[in-house]
Amino acid sequence: MKSLGSIRRSFAPWADPASKPFISVRNVTKRFGDFTAVDDLSLDIYTREFFALLGASGCGKSTLLRMLAGFEQPTSGEIILDGQSLAGIPPYRRPVNMMFQSYALFPHMTVETNIAFGLKQDGMPKADIAERVGQMLKLVKLEKFAKRKPHQLSGGQRQRVALARSLAKRPKVLLLDEPLGALDKKLREETQFELMDLQQELGLTFVVVTHDQEEAMTMADRIAVMSHGKVVQVATPAEIYEAPNSRFVADFIGDVNIFDGTVSAAENGYLRIETGNGFPVRMASPDRPAVGAKAAVAIRPEKIRVSRQAPAHAPVNAVEGEIWDIGYLGDMTVFHIRLKDGRVVKASLLNAVRAVEDPFGYDQQVWISFGEDAGVVLKD
Amino acid sequence: MARVASALFSRLVIIIPYAWLLFFFLIPFFIVFRISLSQTAVAMPPYTPVFDLFGGLSGIMEKAREFSLDNYVWLTEDVLYFNAYVSSVIIAGISTILTLMIAYPVAYGMAKAPKSIRPTLLMLVILPFWTSFLIRVYAWIAILKPEGLLNQFLMSINVIDQPLIILNTNWAIYIGIVYSYLPFMVLPIYSSLEKMDHTLTEAALDLGCTPFSAFWQVTFPLSLAGVVAGCLLVFIPAVGEFVIPDLLGGSETLMIGKTLWNEFNANRDWPVSSAVATILLLILVIPIVFFQNAQAKADSEGR
Repeated sequence: MKSLGSIRRSFAPWADPASKPFISVRNVTKRFGDFTAVDDLSLDIYTREFFALLGASGCGKSTLLRMLAGFEQPTSGEIILDGQSLAGIPPYRRPVNMMFQSYALFPHMTVETNIAFGLKQDGMPKADIAERVGQMLKLVKLEKFAKRKPHQLSGGQRQRVALARSLAKRPKVLLLDEPLGALDKKLREETQFELMDLQQELGLTFVVVTHDQEEAMTMADRIAVMSHGKVVQVATPAEIYEAPNSRFVADFIGDVNIFDGTVSAAENGYLRIETGNGFPVRMASPDRPAVGAKAAVAIRPEKIRVSRQAPAHAPVNAVEGEIWDIGYLGDMTVFHIRLKDGRVVKASLLNAVRAVEDPFGYDQQVWISFGEDAGVVLKD
Repeated sequence: MARVASALFSRLVIIIPYAWLLFFFLIPFFIVFRISLSQTAVAMPPYTPVFDLFGGLSGIMEKAREFSLDNYVWLTEDVLYFNAYVSSVIIAGISTILTLMIAYPVAYGMAKAPKSIRPTLLMLVILPFWTSFLIRVYAWIAILKPEGLLNQFLMSINVIDQPLIILNTNWAIYIGIVYSYLPFMVLPIYSSLEKMDHTLTEAALDLGCTPFSAFWQVTFPLSLAGVVAGCLLVFIPAVGEFVIPDLLGGSETLMIGKTLWNEFNANRDWPVSSAVATILLLILVIPIVFFQNAQAKADSEGR
């Protein structure tokens, strides 16, 4: 796993201007009647990438996936796969396979015949089919279940059959529609890592649609956050989390505290922002908005410190409040701290040391503070 | 108390279909079977022996000794009955296949229609039942006869110059049966297609099937239960059909329903007609029992 991790880190074809995208979605719009599901969307996906389309339901992510599979045709724009336009190519002639959210296993066929189905359509010789099916069953650890029918399998086993069936033809691209949506939490977490290993092992390009940000963060090389048929940000999970490009992304991924204010000074890559919550913020920012411009500072709960004493830099990046709620989650504790103006700030502390008693109690007066690079300045 | 009542109620619910079968199938069948073992007689009722409940058990035993299989032997001696059975099965079989070929596309179209208009389509399928069956069959005479509507139409558009002879042939019977029994085929097929998950077809397309082969490999096999139910619903009554062959078929058309009617009314031979009916039932029931056994076996094999 360790070496795998380092491979993944060094894998960044999108940062290399010389590398060519494998899938190119160009200005694609899809309308159903007067509803625009996908709105002038452009995206590049690279070979061997694990790419996630993340968004709330109805954001157009599934429609985009269905256009890649060929079940829907774009109203305008085009999709290019490996240098070839997919326009007018029906699903059964595309070198992509899809794993359906409902798995769509053929109920009248056994596990074996389900997996062999795609190979049979290609007219592969019987012996080769048997061999490939054997490999696939081994890959998803279902050798013992070859003769079963789908209704005789558990949810997790069905998910594996669906995966094996969609991988059997060795597609250039595997499309996964909420692949883990029907599994319970524990199984889902295990399967996430299995999917990642599988993708590495087979060297395939995966495009996964999900509404579960944790799933996307864990598995994907890059995530496209979608909203109302548009891509809001495409970036690595770390970039999406630590450097969201908009209030929407900051708010959508994880927990965040957003302080609105106006820029009062800008110097040496730092901005001073007067927040509406009674304290000034000094924050690193690559942008230099004009003095007087509106700006918002987004800070994740785990980057906020809680202390009994005022920090040395107070009142900059620090403010007093009262502990309002405490949520003990085991690995960490979440505090809701109420400021004087009634604003509630979320802060989380990692419980790195075993302690039976909480360091802070209800109604306690505390200071919250954060560093000059703890947050990100959002323009809108 | 409430639990006892609900347990009693659930028993009752199970009893109802069995009671129905007992009173309206088994007992009447037993009576028919018993008559088939009797001899014809010029009397009222027209057969012997007639049981006299006052004769006591020994009297009944005495009478029962008069039962014989003569009527069944008689059926094997006259080739007319054999021919009638065979031709009934053939006519019913052809009609069932024709009905299936028309009903399947209809059901498929209905299942693919927008959800909002499906109830209307269902209604339209059932609508002919609101007119008397006899009137509808009579109407076909007016359509099919040599100077009927069909021939007038075809001759007016110059497709034919001689009227087609359809009425009083087997073709008229096929048309009559297909028309009359179509809803019985459409409804079970529609219900099996309608509840099918359409992503299965998409999965087949995704795995490389053309739409045509996706239909044959996925959609059709999954609708087989509906197809079988529809075929049984059409085939079984069609074998014993009497009205349609009598009104639309020719005099030389031999069907068992007509034979039965002749034996019963014209010849007044209740025992022979009862034997005909009993054999007809066996011809229909035995294959179905075998078929269901095979299906149950196939179902449990996957386990």
